[in-house]
Amino acid sequence: MLWEIDIYTRDAEHDQLARQAAREARLLGCEEPLTLRVARGYLLEGNLQAEQIEFAARELLADPVLDEAAIATCGDPKLDSHFEGFDTQVHVLPKPGVMDPVALTATASLAELGLEVVGLRTFKKYWIRGLDAGRLEWLCRKVLANDAIEQVVVGPLSLTSLELGRPYTFARVEVPLGQFDDEALARLSREGQLFLDLEEMRTIQRHFQELGRDPTDVELETLAQTWSEHCSHKTLTGPVRYLGPEGEYRYENLLKETIFQATQRIRENLGDDDWCVSVFKDNAGVVRFDDKYHAVFKVETHNHPSALEPYGGANTGLGGVIRDPLGTGLGAKPVCSTDVFCFGPPDTPPEELPSGVQHPRRVMQGVVAGVRDYGNRMGIPTVNGAVLFDRRYLGNPLVYCGNVGLLPVDRVEKNPQAGDYIVVVGGRTGRDGIHGATFSSAELTAESEELSGGAVQIGNAIAEKMLVDVILQARDEGLFSAITDCGAGGLSSAVGEMGADLGAQVELEQVPVKYEGLTYTEIWISEAQERMVLAVPPAHWERFHALCAAEGVEAAHIGEFMSTGRLCLQYEGQKVADLAMEFLHNGRPRIEREATYAPPEPTPARLPDKYTWDYTEELQKILGSLNVASKEAIIRQYDHEVQGGSVIKPLVGIQEDGPSDAAVVRPRLDSLRGLVVACGINPHFGDHDTYHMAASAIDEAVRNCVAVGADPARIAILDNFCWGDTSRPETLGSLVRAAEACRDVAIAWNTPFISGKDSLNNEYRYADPDNTPHVLAIPPTLLISALGQVEDVRRCVTMDLKENGNFIYQVGVTKNELGGSHYSLISGFAGSQVPVVDVETARATFESLHGAISSGLVRACHDLSEGGLAVAAAEMAFAGGLGARFFLAQAPHELELDEAAAEADAELRAEFPQLELHPLAAMPHAAAILLFSESNSRFLCEVAPDDCEEFERRMGNVPHGLVGEVVAEPLLQIVGIPAPQPHAEEGVYDPQTAPLVIEAPLAALKGAWQRPLRW
Amino acid sequence: MAQPHVLVLRSPGTNCDEETAFAFEAAGGKATRRHVRWLLENPHALREYQIFCLPGGFSYGDDISAGIVWANQLRQRLGDALHEFRDSGSLMLGICNGFQALIQTGLLFHAARRSELPATLTWNHQGRYEDRWVRLRAGSTASPFLEGLETLSLPIAHAEGRFVPRDTAALNELKRNGQVALRYALPNSEPAPDQETLPYPHNPNGSVGNVAGLCDPSGRVFGLMPHPERYIHATHHPQWTRRSGLPEVPDGLRIFQNAVRFFTAA
Repeated sequence: MLWEIDIYTRDAEHDQLARQAAREARLLGCEEPLTLRVARGYLLEGNLQAEQIEFAARELLADPVLDEAAIATCGDPKLDSHFEGFDTQVHVLPKPGVMDPVALTATASLAELGLEVVGLRTFKKYWIRGLDAGRLEWLCRKVLANDAIEQVVVGPLSLTSLELGRPYTFARVEVPLGQFDDEALARLSREGQLFLDLEEMRTIQRHFQELGRDPTDVELETLAQTWSEHCSHKTLTGPVRYLGPEGEYRYENLLKETIFQATQRIRENLGDDDWCVSVFKDNAGVVRFDDKYHAVFKVETHNHPSALEPYGGANTGLGGVIRDPLGTGLGAKPVCSTDVFCFGPPDTPPEELPSGVQHPRRVMQGVVAGVRDYGNRMGIPTVNGAVLFDRRYLGNPLVYCGNVGLLPVDRVEKNPQAGDYIVVVGGRTGRDGIHGATFSSAELTAESEELSGGAVQIGNAIAEKMLVDVILQARDEGLFSAITDCGAGGLSSAVGEMGADLGAQVELEQVPVKYEGLTYTEIWISEAQERMVLAVPPAHWERFHALCAAEGVEAAHIGEFMSTGRLCLQYEGQKVADLAMEFLHNGRPRIEREATYAPPEPTPARLPDKYTWDYTEELQKILGSLNVASKEAIIRQYDHEVQGGSVIKPLVGIQEDGPSDAAVVRPRLDSLRGLVVACGINPHFGDHDTYHMAASAIDEAVRNCVAVGADPARIAILDNFCWGDTSRPETLGSLVRAAEACRDVAIAWNTPFISGKDSLNNEYRYADPDNTPHVLAIPPTLLISALGQVEDVRRCVTMDLKENGNFIYQVGVTKNELGGSHYSLISGFAGSQVPVVDVETARATFESLHGAISSGLVRACHDLSEGGLAVAAAEMAFAGGLGARFFLAQAPHELELDEAAAEADAELRAEFPQLELHPLAAMPHAAAILLFSESNSRFLCEVAPDDCEEFERRMGNVPHGLVGEVVAEPLLQIVGIPAPQPHAEEGVYDPQTAPLVIEAPLAALKGAWQRPLRW
Repeated sequence: MAQPHVLVLRSPGTNCDEETAFAFEAAGGKATRRHVRWLLENPHALREYQIFCLPGGFSYGDDISAGIVWANQLRQRLGDALHEFRDSGSLMLGICNGFQALIQTGLLFHAARRSELPATLTWNHQGRYEDRWVRLRAGSTASPFLEGLETLSLPIAHAEGRFVPRDTAALNELKRNGQVALRYALPNSEPAPDQETLPYPHNPNGSVGNVAGLCDPSGRVFGLMPHPERYIHATHHPQWTRRSGLPEVPDGLRIFQNAVRFFTAA
């Protein structure tokens, strides 16, 4: 019997699902207010009586204060008459096989009540009024459901059974590769979703010809996954012939010779003080933290799945990266997360979207909700992040998820032994996520959604939380010798990697499955979430199994590691794969790629002509531009304080809403030592030169850490390259150039890269209604994530101004660097120099400033980034609820007068010989540059009057200038360069009345900053 | 009396158990974290503890609704042991998800049947999860947890924390019994004028009567949506770097100290 239970809130006021749907429809541009009500529905299958179903509703499914239930067998018309005056019902159900955590939990909880249910599915029943067919379809497709994971039934629901899966009859499948010509190989690669190059396909063909047999389907799949861009990073670790501005160079292994090499050099430089522990080796980078623990950090991307199903993509993206620290060494405890997103502009008119892409608002809502629901449920604080907007992310939104963990110092080495059991722990294996690894290495097209729907998944955070709980206990008891996560590539990748130096045999029918009917290949390559693979010595198996059982976690012994050097798979005793580990891991042909890069010549910018001195409007525009504007609406949805170690939160200041530079957490509650998490990213600089983009991103990540008090000598960084199609030499060239900057800056600062990841092919192919083909490529986007450390968190500082009467210093030099700046973006001018990093000055700046902060001399510190000095000044003021007055004449700078300005300068000085003129007095755009230039390595520091002398002494040769003061009146004033007007009459000019270039009440500035993304 | 023993229970999805146990220890208690499955197998072990705590998190994913699955388990399988514990003069504390579960168990109300629950916690008025600090005022209650505390600052972090009574009579009854232990207040710590519902964000979820926490009529069973374990160290406060106006002993820690002192001072 199939029962249906519809749970309604009695009052529309508490109908959360209806309110949510109406709100999302509004955000997506639905102008008419929607009238709807929603039932939370459950379909229960089993030999159950009506009284039992009523009991289930009363005791468990319905809230006694708020809810009422409608109960009948599915298909009973009485279920379709609950409300009057609604003309349509829409049912939204997760597609069969899609993760439905509520159904799993409800089944178990009903069993607790004595109800044995054979099948259970959840759904939502929407009652809708007054929409024509077209609007209804729009609502279903764009708001209520996502085709990738959900099915929609308009009208009554009439199911009779929930059966899922059919029994599987074993049949070994061989692929007659020997007979294939090149065309057939290429077709197989594409249509079979292997996504391998022709040369790689040929290599596989030759290998099996030498063996004198054809491969099985699962052997081919295993090779495709292991050799995928996603798993092997073959472009970045392969040979590249590079023609750049400095000439031609051949890299044998691009990453090894740039980023890895930098870390190697740094470790050599540090000698005995080397604080790196394990870099570019394990699932995450490992550095020393204190006597008992190391810190572990990894950032991943989950771009392609998030484009198709934003919620599930982001959900499993965060879930996946949490398993990286957990799978590092013998298991690190996840302690905090960071998330960075790049979206299309949320105000993009729907008719301007490329066909087949979701509206950026929906993508953004879904991604944020996905990260929120997974991170919050896991109990891992999301403490840091960034959100950027650019049209070029419309087809390929970027979702970076990072996780920091703590690893006991004696649990760093994995050591799987021949004879160890191969154990899979956690979630069951289903048909979900098939071909995720190979799919993420391909370009998205307008049809991707249909072709690759299987790659889309929903996470089950609680399953992963349970996994963490068990694994950390088993680790402390020493019950396993190796662990790795089961991510892209599934068991294939996890077992293949862990057994690479040994050999492994797996009995695939031993893998617990969610439902019947999975083929041996599906079991092997499924990327079902929330699973880890462990090597458990036989002597510990019983204890390990019992520990898992005590926490309700499933653990299955699926095979053994053995020193055969082969990967053997069997299904019910029949051999289905027998691959040499050597061929699997080292057989891939190394394909040389071409790369070229020619940065555009920096052209002098034509800054907008101004008819007033005043730049307040420009400042407000920049504050309100989406990349700068407050992200509070997102940040507050994340639990940033769970685990009890929060020190510097993402929002700070007198009203707890100012933008912190970095987050600080105390991962050990019994210690004052802190971890600092920050990031740097600026794709607009890449439009000018990817070298300086990369250098600036590192500078930004590091200066954010230093601004809150991190020791610059202990900052580790990660690289995440998201690029377009690197088979184009110019695209690959822009990446090579960025990697070279990473190498140069890292070495100059002794700031090691400890891990990284790349995501290539972020391009979207679609056609116009008139069939014109288009490609939308993302801009080169490098995220640098930084993990800093502080000795004593009580020395940390925040960016909000603290006290009336204090002074404000600018530390670091402003240069004429408006290229890629927000001022250029809002004013629409091209050209100008992109900010470069002066590594020597920067290093000295970070060191001196750190000395001043750790001596308690700095009351507030904020880095200068997007929007330059003006934005930083405004943010510090409104975050602190205190006004400030700045004097541009005091700002340290390296501006030079061009020929015309020099002439004007000479005239001016001739005219006013009695005045001591500022060197920039005759420079027409000096104020704009000093206000808005985004030169690197700069800070604003608030210092108490009594501490100024000591602060200046500590700054020594580092460029600094006393540029402002804190005032009580809630007003930001910035005074420009004093300059007499040319030909003004002698004596009229009074140097004390220099022009006010910015004047605005804090409320206006804060409003401009808070308004755009407050939804 | 000696140091009280605290049982911090966890379920699949509980995620504040470690810091909550740490907070009890910092306050002088002896805290043990245990999985609910262990207690199901050893219900009598409860007698070895003086304080029983349901910490925050997402028990069973908050699937169906927040705390309900955990509460169902406790009610069905540990009902007798928990009632015995409560009626023996011990303390019970539910924080956030633990409060949600505590309400659903009925232990706060002496409600025998689920249909008699006078109040519930549901979706925040703004419809989503939110993390922020709030000002709170203790009600005129005899709860030992709140002794000496008139106003507090604590963070909330939840999606389903909106207090809704069955009706006005039910709310009045709770007030009369001194069960409204904690209310959201204005930033200057003043209560809502004329009992009206404070605007967002002071009342961060639209709770009726600004109710943030409840106790049972004895005051010994206490549940609250805010997280006291997240304010037991000076650097927990979002404005600690401003160095002014903060209490010597963090407000959250005082709640745990009160719980421990209830036994040690007697």
